[in-house]
Amino acid sequence: MTAPSIIFFVLAALAVLGAISLILQREPIHSALSLIVVMVALAGLYLLMGAEFVAAVQIIVYGGAIMVLFVFVIMLLNAGKEERTNFSKLATYAGIPLAVATTGFIAAAIAWSSGSLPAAEPSGALTSTKTLSLLLFNEFVYPFELTSFLILVAILGAIVLAQRES
Amino acid sequence: MPTPAHPILDYLWIIPLLPLLGSAINGLLGSKWPNKIVNIIALGSTGLSFACALEAVREFHGYYETRHHAFVKPFFDWIVAGNFRAGFDLQFDQLTVVMVLVVTGVGFLIHIYSTGYMAHEGGYYRFFSYLNLFMFFMLILVLAANFAFLFVGWEGVGLCSYLLIGFYFLRQSASDAGKKAFIVNRIGDFGFMLGMFLLFRSYHSLDFQTIFDTVTNGNVGVEPIGTFGIMTVTCLLLFMGATGKSAQIPLYVWLPDAMEGPTPVSALIHAATMVTAGVYVVARSNVLFTHSLTAMYVVAIVGCATAFFAATIGLVQSDIKRVLAYSTVSQLGYMFLACGVGAFGAGIFHLMTHSFFKALLFLSAGSVIHAIGGEQDMWGMGGLASKIKVTFWCMLTGTIAIAGFIPFAGFFSKDAILFAAFNYQFNGKVLYGVGLLAAIFTSFYMFRLIWLTFGTQPRYDERKVHVHESPKNMTVPLMILALLSLVGGWVAAPALWGGRNYFAEFMAPVFGGEKVEGAEAHSLEMILSGVAVAAALVGLIVAWRMYTKGAKRPALAGAYKVLYNKYYVDELYQTVVIGPLMWLSRNLFWKVVDVGVIDGTVNGIASGATAVGDTVRHTQSGNTRSYAVWVLVGAIVVLAIIFWPILHPVLVGGVR
Amino acid sequence: MIPTGHYLLLSAILFGLGIVGFVFKRNIITLFMSIELMLNAVNLAFVAFSQALHKADGEVFVLFVIVVAAAEAAVGLGIIILTSRNRRSLNVERVDLLKL
Repeated sequence: MTAPSIIFFVLAALAVLGAISLILQREPIHSALSLIVVMVALAGLYLLMGAEFVAAVQIIVYGGAIMVLFVFVIMLLNAGKEERTNFSKLATYAGIPLAVATTGFIAAAIAWSSGSLPAAEPSGALTSTKTLSLLLFNEFVYPFELTSFLILVAILGAIVLAQRES
Repeated sequence: MPTPAHPILDYLWIIPLLPLLGSAINGLLGSKWPNKIVNIIALGSTGLSFACALEAVREFHGYYETRHHAFVKPFFDWIVAGNFRAGFDLQFDQLTVVMVLVVTGVGFLIHIYSTGYMAHEGGYYRFFSYLNLFMFFMLILVLAANFAFLFVGWEGVGLCSYLLIGFYFLRQSASDAGKKAFIVNRIGDFGFMLGMFLLFRSYHSLDFQTIFDTVTNGNVGVEPIGTFGIMTVTCLLLFMGATGKSAQIPLYVWLPDAMEGPTPVSALIHAATMVTAGVYVVARSNVLFTHSLTAMYVVAIVGCATAFFAATIGLVQSDIKRVLAYSTVSQLGYMFLACGVGAFGAGIFHLMTHSFFKALLFLSAGSVIHAIGGEQDMWGMGGLASKIKVTFWCMLTGTIAIAGFIPFAGFFSKDAILFAAFNYQFNGKVLYGVGLLAAIFTSFYMFRLIWLTFGTQPRYDERKVHVHESPKNMTVPLMILALLSLVGGWVAAPALWGGRNYFAEFMAPVFGGEKVEGAEAHSLEMILSGVAVAAALVGLIVAWRMYTKGAKRPALAGAYKVLYNKYYVDELYQTVVIGPLMWLSRNLFWKVVDVGVIDGTVNGIASGATAVGDTVRHTQSGNTRSYAVWVLVGAIVVLAIIFWPILHPVLVGGVR
Repeated sequence: MIPTGHYLLLSAILFGLGIVGFVFKRNIITLFMSIELMLNAVNLAFVAFSQALHKADGEVFVLFVIVVAAAEAAVGLGIIILTSRNRRSLNVERVDLLKL
C-alpha cells in the first residue's frame, strides 16, 4: 500500500460517504454541508492526479461560490425538514432498480475497457496553468467567449427572477 | 363549282347554344321577371335556333351538291388520350336535317303553346329554363358526330326529363315518377355504355364517320341469324340503351308515369323528341345493324311486341294522357319494327309524322284538360265537341292521322312499315299480322278517346265547370300541327300515287337506296295499303258502336282488369327487382357496410386513438419524480444501444 | 500508481448516488444538489481521462462544466425562489399543475 493509494482510498471513502449523507439527510442544510465535503474530497483527488489548477478552481468556484449560494438560498427560504410525500408510484418501484442498472452499465463498461488505459499520473508541465491558459485562449477561445456571454445572461436572469414585484 | 359559303354550318354550335343561353338566363335571372320577359327569352332563343336550323339545311343542300358527303366539323378536343380522341364534333347530313327540323320546329310550337298553358302556374321561369335546357341537350344529341358526344346529349335529355316530370315536385307522385324515369333510363344507359366500350375496342374510335366507313369499306361480314358475334352484341347493347330511352319492352314502364309532368312536357319530350332518340341512334347506326341479322331480328321482334302490347293496354285506360302515353309506346314500337326489318327510312319517316300528330294529340289533350278545369279522366268528360270546336277539330285531325287514314300523314308512314315487315325474311308475315292487329287497336282506342271526350253526353257537372276554349297562343300551334299532320306524309307518297318517294331519295345517302320494286311488289303494296285502311275503319266502327250510346265505365273484372292494371308489370318489377334490391340496400349495404364497416372503421379509429390517449396520458402526471424516472429509462435505452456490441455476447454467453 | 479504472469507478458510483438522490429526494434544493453531485462525478471522470491520455483538453472542459454549473445554479435557484413563493412549499411533488 503506497501512500498515494492510501490517500486515494481515504478521499474516495470520504466522497462516497458524503454523497450517501447527501441523500439520506432530512434537513437540506445538512445535505448542503455534505455536498461541500464531497467537493473538497474531489478537490483532493484532483490534486492527487496532478491537476492543481482544476483543484483550485473546484474549491474556489464550486465550494466557495456555488455552495455558498445554495446555503444562502436555503437560509433565505427557511427550508426545513423534508415532507414525506410519495405521490409517484413509478419512482418508488422503478427508481432503485433503474439507478442500479445505469450504474451497473457504466461500471461494466469501465471494467471492460479501462484495462488498456495508462495510470493517471501527475505529468507536470502538462497541466500547469500556463498550458491550460494557452489551450483556453487558442483552441477554445470561441467557447470561452460564449461562456462569458452565458454568465452575463445568467446574472441578468437571476436578477430578473429574484426581483420583488413592484 | 366552288363550294358555296356556309356560315351557319361553320358555326353549327350556334343551334344548340341559343337554347342553352335562354335556359341560363331564365334559370339564373328569371325568378323575379314577369312572364312576358321570360317568354321573350325562351321563345326568342328557340325561334332563332329554328331559323338557324333552316338556314343550315339550306346551306347543307348546297354543300352536298358539291361534296357528296356529310358535313363534319370538329369544334373542341374534349377527350384526348393517346390515340383516342373524342371531341365536341358536330355533323350534318340528311338524317340530321330531319331530326333538327323536327326538334327545333315542333319544339318551337310547343314553347308557344306553353306560354298559354303554364300562364297561371308557379315556377314559370323554371319551366322554360328546363325546357330550353332540354332543347340544348336534344340538339347536341342529334348534331353530335361521335358516340361520346351523343351520349352527353343522351344523358342530358334524361336529366331534363327528370326535372320536367318532377316539375310539380311537391307532389309525391310527380317526384316519384321523375325518379322512376331517370333510374329506368339509367339501366338502359348501362347497356349503351357497354356498347360504346365494345365499339371503341373494335374500332379504336367513337366517331361515326370513322366507324361506319371502316365497316362499309372493310369487308366486314354480315353475322348470320342466331349467332352472337361482336357486331351483334354491340348492336344489342346499343339497342338496350334505346329500349330505355324510347320506352320499349322491358324498360317502357317510366313513360306512363311520366304523364305526371305538365302536358307540354309530355308533348315535347315524351312524344316528339326525347323518346325518338333511341330510334335515331338505331337509324344512325344502320351500318352496324345491317351487319348483324340477329340484332335486326331482335329489334324487329321487340318493336312489334311492344307495339301490340302497349296497344292492348291503351284499349281500356281512362286517363286521357295515359291513353296517349301507351299510344306513344306503341308507335315507337312501329318505328323499331321498321328499323328491324331494314326499312330505316320508313322508321325515320314515321318518327317525323308521329312527332307531328302525337304532339298535336297531346297539346289538344292539354287544351281539353285546360278547358274542363283540370279533369283528366275521360269518364268525367263528354259532349265537349260543340263547346271547344277548335280543339275538337284539331284532335280529330290527329286521331285520323294516327289511325292511318289516307291521305293523312300516318297512313303513308305506317303503310311503309307494314309493307316492309311483310317482305321481311324471318317470319315477316307474322310480324305483319301482329302489326296490323296493333293498328286496329290503335284506331279503336283513339276513336274511343274521341267519342268519350267529345261525343256522348256530358258526364261532368255542368253547373260547376265552365268549359271555355283555349287562348290563341294555345290554339294556333294546334292548327299548325294539324296542318302538318295532314300534309306531312306527302313528301313520301310512293310511286303508286304518281309521285316520287322524295323522302326515301333524300335519305338514300344515309340508309342506302330503297329497293326498286317490280310490278308484283307494286300491286302487293296496293293491296296491303287497302288492308291497312280497312283495319283503321274496323277500329273506328267498333269504337263507335261501343261508346256513342249510353257508355259508362265498366266494372273491373277478368281480362278488362288485367289490361286496366297494365298486366301488373309494375307490380312484377316491384316484387322481383325493386323489393329485393331495397331489402339488400337496407339490410346489407346500409346496416352492414355503411354503418358497420365504414362508420365502424372511422369511429373505431377515433375511439382507438381516444383509448390510446387515455392510456398514455397517465405518463403526464405532473410529478417531477416520475419524469426523472422516465429520463432515466431513456438514458438506459440509449446506453443499451451504444453498448450493444459488448452487451450482446455477454448476455448470450451469460445465458449459456 | 493508481489505475485510471479506480477513478472512473468512483465517478460511476458517485453518479449513481446522484441519480438516486435525484429520483428520491423531495426538497427542490436537495434535488438540485444531487444534480451538482452528478456534475462533479462527471468532472472527475474528465480529469482522470485527461491525465491518463496526456491531453489537457479534458481539464479545459472541466472548467467549462464548472462555469455552466455556476450559471445554472444561479438561474435555477432564482426559479426555485419564485416557485416556492408561489406554491408556498419546497416539496417538488406539490408543483404538479401540468398534469393531464
